[in-house]
Amino acid sequence: MIDVLYFAWVRERIGCPRERVDTDAATVAELVEELKAREDRYAAAFADVSALRVALDQELSEFSAPLDGVREVAFFPPMTGG
Amino acid sequence: MRVRVQAEPFDYGAECAGFGQGGRDVGAVVTFLGVVRDDKGTLARMEIEHYPGMTEKAIAAIAEEARTRWNLADVLVIHRHGALVPGEAIMMVATAARHRVAAFAAAEFLMDYLKSRAPFWKKEFGPDGAEWVAAKDDDEDALRRW
Repeated sequence: MIDVLYFAWVRERIGCPRERVDTDAATVAELVEELKAREDRYAAAFADVSALRVALDQELSEFSAPLDGVREVAFFPPMTGG
Repeated sequence: MRVRVQAEPFDYGAECAGFGQGGRDVGAVVTFLGVVRDDKGTLARMEIEHYPGMTEKAIAAIAEEARTRWNLADVLVIHRHGALVPGEAIMMVATAARHRVAAFAAAEFLMDYLKSRAPFWKKEFGPDGAEWVAAKDDDEDALRRW
């Protein structure tokens, strides 16, 4: 089980801020494919992953990164702080 | 080094008073205040979402990098989240160094990195509804100079 968090418009499109996901995905990209296959709202949120960023256990990462030992995955658009 | 992420307002004057002063090794203090701007004249409010936990860690890492790179005597970063109206202070940074070149450079570095590496997302509310602020290519380009 892995905690998956969504922020900003990704959260709005999917309709929840976080959920527990039972997955065997080896990488972030595989997890994204599993989520997209679930329901249209996921497919809409992940339609263009080049517009998204991912953090693994609260560190910025890549979609190609492995999920070994990762407890928390977060998806969000590019950040707009400052 | 101090990092604060908070919904409530902060007192810029009080934060600046005394920052970096009183020692013998600081010759320059730079402070920066970010304020909510209304470019179109229609902004009712802005809401800033963040990623509790990661936000504090990401800012602390950015501040620590600035501290070591410019040998800063002190660094302060305060960033707000939640609802803000035009004219309100969003965030501030302060840097204290031996010389002004380091203090200015470190403050600019902090600003550039906070814009696109700290997990905040701005949403603007106006008469036509709400819209997420899109990141600019310039923001990413700004990181390359460091």
